[in-house]
Amino acid sequence: MNAKVMGLAWWKWLSVILITYDLIAGLLIDVPKLPILNESIRNLFYHVTQWFGMMILLTVSLVHSILHLVRGDMRSDRIAAEGTKVALFMGVLGVLTGSLWARFTWGDWWTNDPKLNGVAMGMLVYLAYVVLRGSMEEEQKRGRVAAVYNIFAYVMFMVFIMVLPRLTDSLHPGNGGNPGFGGYDLNYNMKLVFYPAIIGWTLLGVWLLNVRVRLLNLIEENGK
Amino acid sequence: MGKYRKRGGGYLCRMWQQVRTLFLKEFQLELRNRYALNGILLYVVSTVFVCYLSFKQVVSAPVWNALFWVIMLFAALNAVGRSFIQESRGRMLYFYTVIGPQAFVLAKMLYNALLMAVIGVLAYMIYVWWVGDMVQDHTLFVIALVLGSTGFASILTLMSAIAAKTENNLSLMAILSFPVQLPFLLTLIKLSKNAVDGLDWSISYPLIGVLLLLEVIIITLSLLLFPYLWRD
Repeated sequence: MNAKVMGLAWWKWLSVILITYDLIAGLLIDVPKLPILNESIRNLFYHVTQWFGMMILLTVSLVHSILHLVRGDMRSDRIAAEGTKVALFMGVLGVLTGSLWARFTWGDWWTNDPKLNGVAMGMLVYLAYVVLRGSMEEEQKRGRVAAVYNIFAYVMFMVFIMVLPRLTDSLHPGNGGNPGFGGYDLNYNMKLVFYPAIIGWTLLGVWLLNVRVRLLNLIEENGK
Repeated sequence: MGKYRKRGGGYLCRMWQQVRTLFLKEFQLELRNRYALNGILLYVVSTVFVCYLSFKQVVSAPVWNALFWVIMLFAALNAVGRSFIQESRGRMLYFYTVIGPQAFVLAKMLYNALLMAVIGVLAYMIYVWWVGDMVQDHTLFVIALVLGSTGFASILTLMSAIAAKTENNLSLMAILSFPVQLPFLLTLIKLSKNAVDGLDWSISYPLIGVLLLLEVIIITLSLLLFPYLWRD
């Protein structure tokens, strides 16, 4: 993990390279010409991949919350807390790119779509998580209480965005009778950008998380 | 936690006894200082009255339905929100030494569910009295009321336990619980809307299924997670 290339760990370079590749190739490669979507299909490389990164980071945070409850390890607590913050950041990116996409394909900045509302709910949940942490002083207690809320919130969030949209109509692909992107739109060319982009954004998130946690650990150790 | 699990067969039996005792204790406490209960009832009455005067006339079924559940949501927040906050430190310490956390949270949930069911029925009656009745299928609506009150009660019991650990607990209670209640609330509103419109039951079965599933998830999570809030 720590093999360094020009002073930076290899996976950080990988993140830089993959995101640069995503930004450039995403605009240049051939994409299928589809009605309504037209060139906006390129947003798939940004919007969807940032969302994948966010979900992965939220899952990391969940795992560390569980670890914190089981082992009482304060490092896990820090990773869980910072993980949600980085995920919130990626979530904001995803919402902005998504909103832009919605404007040019569905005609509005925000549509009453279960997935969009799911995002809004997720944002509220994790902002509440940040407020909850801020309202407690004592470390042990804060870690436990926040972990309990994080686990509960994650499950409810998953139900909201994974289960409920399947019960109603959604404008998103793969829901409410709409075909998924995977079916025929995502041709070979697009996969060449799409999957590396997911890895790139996730690694960027891990990088942010890594810096935040190291900083907090330093503050913690020097404070004593 | 492990300490309780090892006791084997007698464990469930003992837990059931503890739940029953605690449930009765909650009930007696409520009857003894009735002002809290009266406060909630008055809260529901005034909210409905304010809504009635503000809206003047509710003519569309979706608005009628949504308004009712929003009133219920706030009533639930007020009724269940205090369930942990009102417990004094000394009393919590006493409970901690004599009973298991699962029994404690289960008793609280059961009591809150009963309380919410009573409040739900009363709220519906007052709502009908002032705003009017739009429900066509009353049986289904009562099912929605029961599912709704038990669901609200179980989510809010855990949230109340979390909020009680912090300083400014009532405002925190709202921001913590509103977003996590959304999946449940939206499904519930859909089910209740079917009851209002008097639709065929076959459309409502999946919704009832989802609500029951959510309740199972919520209760299981509460039972698993509460022990960690318990020791302090």
